[in-house]
Amino acid sequence: MISAPDVVAFTREEELEDDLYREPPLPEEYSVPLFPFTGQGANPWAKVAGSKFTRDFILISEFSEQVGPQPLLTIPDDAKVSGTFDLNYFSLRIMSVDYQASFVGHPPGSAYPKLNFVEDSKVVLGDSKEGAFAYVHHLTLYDLEARGFVRPFCMAYISADEHKIMQQFQELSTEFSKASECLKTGNRKAFANELEKKLKDLDYTRTVLHNETEQQKKANDKGYYTTQAIEKANELASVEKSIIEHQDLLRQIRSYPYRKLKDSEFHPYEPECAVDRADVGSDQDPTASDPAEPGETALYTHVPSYTPKLIKAKSAKCFDKKLKTLEELCDVYFFTQTLDQLHHIERTFRGDVCYLLTEQISRALLKQQSVTNFLFEDVSFLDEKRPEKQYRGCQGLGQDATDEKCSEESLAPKVVISLGSYKSSVECVPIKMEQEIEDSEGPKMSESMMSEHQENLDYLDADIKGSISSGESIEVLGTEKSGSGLTKSESQASLPVIPSPQAGRSKVGSRRTVSEDSIEVLSTCPSESLIPEDFKASYPSAINEEPHAGDDEGGLRFTPRLNPGVDDGQDDISKQESLVQVDAACCIGKESPNFLEPLPELGQKPCEEDGVVRIPPQPYRPAEQGLRGGFPCHDGLSGGLLPYELDSRYLTGSREVSKSSLDECSDSTSYISSAASTCSDRTPSPAHLGCAAGERHRKKAGQNALRFIRQYPFAHPAIYSLLSGRTLVVLGEDEAMVKRLVTALSIFVPSCGAYAKPVKHWVTSALHLVDFQKWKLVGLQRAVSPAGVNVLHALSRYSRYLSILDADSKTLRCPLYKGTVVARLADHRTQIKRGSTYYMHVQSILTQLCSKAFLFTFCHHLHLPISEREPEESVVNRRMNFLKLQLGLANEDIKIVQYLAELLKLHYIQELGQGGNPLLRFDYVPSFLYKI
Amino acid sequence: KSSVQTIGEEQIQNPYTELLVLKGHQDIVRFLVQIDDCRFASAGDDGIIFLWNAQTGEKLNELHGHTHKITAIAPFSSSDVTEEKNDLIITASADRTVIVWDCTSGRQIQKVSCFHSTVKCLTVLQRLNVWLSGGSDLCVWNRKLDLLCKTSHLTDAGISALVELPKYCVAAAVGKELIIFKLSASNNGSESWNILEVKRLVDHHDNISSLVSVNDLTFVTGSHIGELIVWDALDWTKQASECNFWDSSVHPDVQPEIKLSQSPHETSVQHLTSDEECVFAAVGKGIYVYNLQMKRVIACQRTAHDSSVLHIEKLPNRQLISCSEDGSVRIWELREKQQLPAEPVSTGFFNMWGFGRANKQAIQAAKKMHENTPVYFLELVGDLIGHSSAVQMFLYFGELGLATCSADHLIILWKDGERESSLRSLTLFKKLAQNGDLQLRL
Repeated sequence: MISAPDVVAFTREEELEDDLYREPPLPEEYSVPLFPFTGQGANPWAKVAGSKFTRDFILISEFSEQVGPQPLLTIPDDAKVSGTFDLNYFSLRIMSVDYQASFVGHPPGSAYPKLNFVEDSKVVLGDSKEGAFAYVHHLTLYDLEARGFVRPFCMAYISADEHKIMQQFQELSTEFSKASECLKTGNRKAFANELEKKLKDLDYTRTVLHNETEQQKKANDKGYYTTQAIEKANELASVEKSIIEHQDLLRQIRSYPYRKLKDSEFHPYEPECAVDRADVGSDQDPTASDPAEPGETALYTHVPSYTPKLIKAKSAKCFDKKLKTLEELCDVYFFTQTLDQLHHIERTFRGDVCYLLTEQISRALLKQQSVTNFLFEDVSFLDEKRPEKQYRGCQGLGQDATDEKCSEESLAPKVVISLGSYKSSVECVPIKMEQEIEDSEGPKMSESMMSEHQENLDYLDADIKGSISSGESIEVLGTEKSGSGLTKSESQASLPVIPSPQAGRSKVGSRRTVSEDSIEVLSTCPSESLIPEDFKASYPSAINEEPHAGDDEGGLRFTPRLNPGVDDGQDDISKQESLVQVDAACCIGKESPNFLEPLPELGQKPCEEDGVVRIPPQPYRPAEQGLRGGFPCHDGLSGGLLPYELDSRYLTGSREVSKSSLDECSDSTSYISSAASTCSDRTPSPAHLGCAAGERHRKKAGQNALRFIRQYPFAHPAIYSLLSGRTLVVLGEDEAMVKRLVTALSIFVPSCGAYAKPVKHWVTSALHLVDFQKWKLVGLQRAVSPAGVNVLHALSRYSRYLSILDADSKTLRCPLYKGTVVARLADHRTQIKRGSTYYMHVQSILTQLCSKAFLFTFCHHLHLPISEREPEESVVNRRMNFLKLQLGLANEDIKIVQYLAELLKLHYIQELGQGGNPLLRFDYVPSFLYKI
Repeated sequence: KSSVQTIGEEQIQNPYTELLVLKGHQDIVRFLVQIDDCRFASAGDDGIIFLWNAQTGEKLNELHGHTHKITAIAPFSSSDVTEEKNDLIITASADRTVIVWDCTSGRQIQKVSCFHSTVKCLTVLQRLNVWLSGGSDLCVWNRKLDLLCKTSHLTDAGISALVELPKYCVAAAVGKELIIFKLSASNNGSESWNILEVKRLVDHHDNISSLVSVNDLTFVTGSHIGELIVWDALDWTKQASECNFWDSSVHPDVQPEIKLSQSPHETSVQHLTSDEECVFAAVGKGIYVYNLQMKRVIACQRTAHDSSVLHIEKLPNRQLISCSEDGSVRIWELREKQQLPAEPVSTGFFNMWGFGRANKQAIQAAKKMHENTPVYFLELVGDLIGHSSAVQMFLYFGELGLATCSADHLIILWKDGERESSLRSLTLFKKLAQNGDLQLRL
């Protein structure tokens, strides 16, 4: 986890989360109000205080042709979530902004009714009166009995936090699209079934009518037709017409998955769905697409038990019949899948937006550190599926790896550049998506040409146009506060729809039916309101600063001052380097002036006087340009970090100050915000199913670690042991106590590979050398039995490989530590009070260490001679100089970085080749006994 | 209680800062033999032979074939230069078989099971391209595993050690006796060999426990009661003998009680090794350096280990490595002591010298004695602790490191951490270059 003081502010205890898992929950009336600070200003980001619902929820509504807009269900399905919030009214609101359902039925100039394969529309809607903001996802489902065969639905994510909706638009859109896709897949299946049944009915009816007509013909020899006969003939004709229409519809609905499958963007929702779809797909091979094919019905044998009914010529009045429920419309299986997906969405996006953003940012950054993040990060946590779309840029980074110039630049300047283009998350989306559509249209058309269904082509083409026009547009809608007094009926007076200023979207505006509610389309460029002017400048710091839990107080002082010193330090070598010119990519220290220029604004304090971070984190947008292949992004990160490290003042003078300022700052902010952020949204933080346990574990570990560093004055050498790869044995009689200590210390243990951390919580038998290879932190039972004597004997025998923390007598036997890193990591006077805050603090310092280790590992000439004639000693000298001067490491800190570097090497070498033997590295250093 | 010299945790001169544990054996590992520059074989009581890569610790092959413990192992690399290089190893087992293996493929080339007793030692005579097996009789085999000739039944106890001597002779230790055999090929052209007993040497008073050839002119034997005899390899006469190591003139001030405490077991010559100048003897718990020129023990470490020393070896850099039943491996350095007039005797010299004033006279005497000759001593420069049980043997691989095998079923590869680290860096950058991740501007 990469985090920083301003990020730390968003950490909070996850006690709340627990009640999700605790069964049964406390009855409402007994629960203590958790958030007493609801006053304005408690949460600097809470723009809206008075929403009528307690937490975010998802609402599914329908525009019923019988009763109008009506809410169908909410997720979570709990009455107290929506509270006094008027779901009916809000359903009306969200359904009224849909302009999809307009184009159905018989288009002019077409003989048959056409199905319109519309893309879903995604709209952001705000209602400041209600204090509700919603991401609204409209979709249409097909229903044979419905007017125009369509039933408009919408799913809305409703939150009190406008920024959450705006900033998470992309993610919401991705997730809701999945849900929608699932619903629609099920619906197509159900609709096709329905059509088949209807066709059979019609067929049967036709036969019946035909027979009747024939009989009448026979019975009638008068030579003229009776009115009865004419009626019958007309009826027959209309049934035949209806058959053709329905066959056409069936063909259309079946062509959909076929068409879509060719689209690379189309991902089957679930493997099970794919099977289902395959069924459908097999039905719609060439024969299916030909309406005249007589054998068509033979294909529908998978509904054999259906007995056709006679269809009355006059259908019932539409108000008499009962409309199908959503579940009926989409097949139970798909409906359940959709609900699962919606629940997943709810869980993912609940809680404070800051938390979401922080997590996304750190996740994205961590993903970039592909080389080092195995050391301290829970890799499984990263592997979890996340909104991929947002980070597409990241994935691309690997490819364009060639530009050397880029590789030398840090990430920071790029962030400055990209800031402009990413002013608003919403703004840039339509452009991109339209491009995609234009791109995909060509091939799609040619493919359908090849498929030789000329007829298909017609409406496919039309469909695509339709989807361009409406599907991808993103509107930001809102109601002015002043205008919010309008009642429902008053608001019928339509307000003008302001088309978006973007060129590509004028078309969209024109095609849209004017919504008939009092909705104002806000400026489609919400960037100004989203990102305050003062924040823009400091935005880069939000990223740049993260690795440094160091000093926000003094700002970031980037000065190239150290360079002369560095040059002095390795005068000869750098001369050689310049001669040989191998360096540049490696010797980042020399590049520092480049880094320094674009960062003058970074001095701005993100922290204001009262210690409260006023600026919420911003969504992470990856820089466009790649850095370098293989380990591309890491360079950027560490590049941004290094000059900071090079600042000699940082290393000497200001450290103390900065340290204390960190503690004060981070703590106070974390305290306030954790209280505050929770009141903006009375929901527990997002619980990702997979990592909920990890989250809790981290919190617990952080808490224990905090306790450890406060309790034990010799915490530093103990932590140093762990960081330098020396196995730490926690010895004690009480299993719980030992395990607690092991949990606490486990956050400092670097992993050796992609597997679990080398931590063993409880061992009762004597340790052996092999165990020290496997485990770097062991909880060991102290027993009085003869076996216990063996255990102690083994400990003393292998004492050179071990540090021994005796939990009973509170002593520690381990090597001396005189470095500075651990002091920052574990200051016993720290003001951090919360476990997860401390965990983040630790992670940030560890990430910093990882960056150093990365630099150290991947600098070529620190390990290998520049020229063949160069003696080994000069390489060693250069290496030590780099560690001491460039990385600013003192004494034992060098060993930490060396150990991490060794792990990095092993990891890199082995992940590509065979998994080598685990090796044990050790030093012959004297140990000391520490007592409390 | 023990007077074993210990070294603290700070061992500056100890290069081994990294280790690899090689697991595979299911019983005591007793033998390690080097096959070539980077491979070695291990064998032990589980009857399995493993081939290892000494650099990576990779298990190259597992040779299954014996049903009982391995009693002897010898590498047999092809002497013929023209022939394609194929390395063989010969193993003898308590199941009374001898198997020849191909190291490259791991295949069993041939199995001989016509022995009447367990073969306890194997020796390869590279010059003759034959190998000898010693059990209750001595057999001579060629590379193709044809029995060339054999002696009559010698003893039930069997031959415990064999060493090659010049002039087609071999010395075999049979109990207390040392028997010299002469190999002769008949002149009639056909592969007809003969082996004759030439001489029996009965100078040892107890079983001969170790036998080593120093150079073409000398070989040395050691016995269970601590006799060390230096033999002339050509005429098989006794050149010098040393017995009662603990009583030797180097330390004239030995306390009587120490003498009493020496049980026969503790004086047994477990292993001998030599370089051109000296013979290094593992006697009981101690290590003794016997100078062939001076014909006396020049340095010793009477209690080098807590328990019997099982194997010692001399490294090229004046260092000596010993391993012991106590599970440790120790690295010693043979140093020449500067005799500074005013300097009191270093306590690090012999532990028993630091007993007090009473010994001062003796010390002075000792000093006088060696005034003109350099005084050597063995200094402990490092110890390797890893095995939990007796370290049976070790194999020094130069800069690749040191392999030790032990009764705890493990083999440990000790490596120079610095060197390994830079090797890994090298691999890393090679790999980076391979993957195209590294773009050096040249």
